[in-house]
Amino acid sequence: MNLLILGANSDVAHAVAKKFAGTEKAGIYLASRNMETLEKKAGDIRARFGVRADALFFDADDAASRKPFYDSLDPKPDGVILAFGYLGDQEKAQADFSEAERIINTNFTHAAAMLEIIASDFEKRGHGFIIGISSVAGNRGRKSNYFYGAAKGALTVYLSGLRNRLAGSGIHVVTVLPGFISTKMTEGMDLPAALTASPDDVAEDIYTAFKKKKHVIYTKWFWRWIITIIESIPETIFKRLSL
Amino acid sequence: MELTSWGRYPRIKAASSSFETEKDLPPLIEREKELIPRGMGKSYGDSALNTRVITTARYNKIHSFDSKNGVVVCESGVSLAELIEIYLYRGWFLSITPGTRLITVGGAIASDVHGKNHHTAGCFSECVLWFDLLLPDKSIVRCSRKENRELFRATCGGMGLTGIILTAAIKLRKVNSAFIRETVIRCSNLAEIFQRFEEYQSTTFSVAWIDCAASGKRIGRSVLMAGEHADTGRLNMALPRTLSVPFDFPGFCLNKYSVSIFNQLYFHKSPSHVKDRLVLLEPFFYPLDKIGNWNRIYGRKGFTQYQPVIPRESAYDALKTILNRIAEEGLGSFLAVLKLLGPENENFLSFPMDGYTLALDFKIQPKLFPFLDELDRIVMDFGGRIYLTKDVRMSKEVFRKGYPRWEKFAEIREKYNMKGTFESLQSKRLEV
Repeated sequence: MNLLILGANSDVAHAVAKKFAGTEKAGIYLASRNMETLEKKAGDIRARFGVRADALFFDADDAASRKPFYDSLDPKPDGVILAFGYLGDQEKAQADFSEAERIINTNFTHAAAMLEIIASDFEKRGHGFIIGISSVAGNRGRKSNYFYGAAKGALTVYLSGLRNRLAGSGIHVVTVLPGFISTKMTEGMDLPAALTASPDDVAEDIYTAFKKKKHVIYTKWFWRWIITIIESIPETIFKRLSL
Repeated sequence: MELTSWGRYPRIKAASSSFETEKDLPPLIEREKELIPRGMGKSYGDSALNTRVITTARYNKIHSFDSKNGVVVCESGVSLAELIEIYLYRGWFLSITPGTRLITVGGAIASDVHGKNHHTAGCFSECVLWFDLLLPDKSIVRCSRKENRELFRATCGGMGLTGIILTAAIKLRKVNSAFIRETVIRCSNLAEIFQRFEEYQSTTFSVAWIDCAASGKRIGRSVLMAGEHADTGRLNMALPRTLSVPFDFPGFCLNKYSVSIFNQLYFHKSPSHVKDRLVLLEPFFYPLDKIGNWNRIYGRKGFTQYQPVIPRESAYDALKTILNRIAEEGLGSFLAVLKLLGPENENFLSFPMDGYTLALDFKIQPKLFPFLDELDRIVMDFGGRIYLTKDVRMSKEVFRKGYPRWEKFAEIREKYNMKGTFESLQSKRLEV
């Protein structure tokens, strides 16, 4: 198996890469912008598992490079994991819409644009799987991060549509909805320890979802119930809450 | 965020930063803004605690593996569990491992940990070929027995007080099997277990569980476990699902009656004498790793582990006195361990010395610390010392007496400006 990881510099991406390389003996394409850390991660995977691991420069913002980047992959991947995202700064986004645009574009527009290219190739080949990492922040908008939430919500809907489109071609699409994860993105936030997963926990859940062909998973599992409760709060009450 | 270590005492407010490459570090390090590096937080006391910590959680890449000599070069945040998982099935295992694999390589170096084979193989630093150390002036130096030897000796066992351990080269040992040939012997008192330890001195691994609730003529009754790597057998280790203690036990669950019953059962469930049975590496070395968060059985207030070592010639008398006092106070614990250690090494603050070490868990309670101060005096009288990795309360005087090379260590700390840059709650308490 060959696996393409988009946004491979994230901590979750590294954990997922280790899981697939260790268990499936998958060759890994690690795609991201910071080549220094990416090369280290590729070296790490090679030293651990003796599989092929390539660090590839990929900039999701650069529209013109997307198609050539995908075309340059040889062999073509059997699966893709979309792991890039940008939390951004909600307050800054409210003051300066260019920050809001960046949040929306990175988490949704660029993600969808790249997955479209991959989806058509998988569709043509009649083979492949797509795992998209979205967020529980996309299930209901909150004042603390509604640009991020809106973009992730859009991604969740997009993945659902893509799953519907590709079902007939035998291509499986998994939507991953993580809650809190202790990563560089959340460093410095005061997250409740009992609700916070490690990147390895999330990688474990993603791999299980892939094996069992799940469609939508929450990770850790209890987020499904937390979100059900949050979603069931009437709007008149919800709008007054500080969440 | 709230931060604590394995003993869950004390709990403090702390700011934690992580890094992925060496380049991320310089902005985090500032003189007079002290901090302590931290791995998986498995030291029991306050040695990895301060208001600022740098964790190695994201500094966790393996650089290379030399499959001819079994040398792995990795970053300090890689855990021993990962090394076992990756290399055991290729026929390599840690040549020195403590009783948990859920610690980092950096932590193993900083505590200069020891295991069941200390009497035959020494401390963890024996399998460390070199490491890179980030100093307060932000330079990175390679330390080994040949290069910067003084820093090597200070850092192995130096409790993170000399800088940030970066990449390290660790030599693994070749094994033919994921099994151990284990001998188990029940001993009815302290004299008998001492005799057995001496008898099994040339066996690679040995450790004993000891019933610290037993008194009178049963004092020191124990179960000795000795073993050797097996020659044949499969190499992969099917890891069992770990169980986890899901909540804090109420403090009253652990009292002298429950401890006494547990120890009674444990003693009698052990076979009186079994020779060379095959057991997997995992339960042999890491019996507690399969119960996640076992520290919760001591309740919300937390616990500490008291681990002294006493020189061999006076160990019997000292341990008898200590065990008597513990039985009298009824403060004993489920998990008490006795082990014969080998000779001390040349590192300034490494714990082991030729003698017997006892490790006892105690729930934190008001009368505990005065009692441990009393035990400290016994340990001092017999020329012993207390393990820094477990300590949360020893006095500066006890530290200085137990570790006579502390002055040399403090000198190095001054020389490189480590003092004031790398500090833990423990280093400030011990004024080192």
